[in-house]
Amino acid sequence: MTITLNHFSAAVVFSLCASIVFGITHRDTTREMVRYGLYCFAMFLGGVFLAGWAMWLLRR
Amino acid sequence: MANSTTEKKVAQAESTGIMAVVAPAIGWFIPGAGHMIQKRWIRGGLLFLSIVSLFLLGLAMQGRIYKANGGDILDMLGFVGDVGAGGLYILTMANDWGQGAIAFATADYGTKFMIVAGLLNFIAVADAYHIAIGKKR
Repeated sequence: MTITLNHFSAAVVFSLCASIVFGITHRDTTREMVRYGLYCFAMFLGGVFLAGWAMWLLRR
Repeated sequence: MANSTTEKKVAQAESTGIMAVVAPAIGWFIPGAGHMIQKRWIRGGLLFLSIVSLFLLGLAMQGRIYKANGGDILDMLGFVGDVGAGGLYILTMANDWGQGAIAFATADYGTKFMIVAGLLNFIAVADAYHIAIGKKR
């Protein structure tokens, strides 16, 4: 079975999985875990958009 | 009474010592199992789901798996990352999966997915150890 993800969906899947692990392993209480997981996910996705726009600007 | 309390403490210390070895070992072999064995079912399940999906997606994207090697430093680091996935790595090697040549960009993402899955499992193993020694709840 072969799956072909585009760049953005690959980044989203990666961010989701990494954020869940970071949230669980880096914080002590459930509430903090959820908050930190969401924070990491937002930072990952924010980084993707930022890098995307930076590359778009560099290309012009 | 004092003897009974001391015996209980000794037994608890022994069980903590055993768990500090068993939880990381089983957690390395099966992602998330180090948490599940310590009755952190939801955490263990989420870790299992995240790490296994990342690894399997990497395989499905035709990512390459690294074998033990003494060549290029990046290849060696790739191997270290892949080995972190434990049982998944052994299963992949045993079935000769992940050996294809990388022909397109997303296949390279697949290779990275598998390395990151292994590295995330290392973090999960460390977390299981911290729970076992009582450093984390």
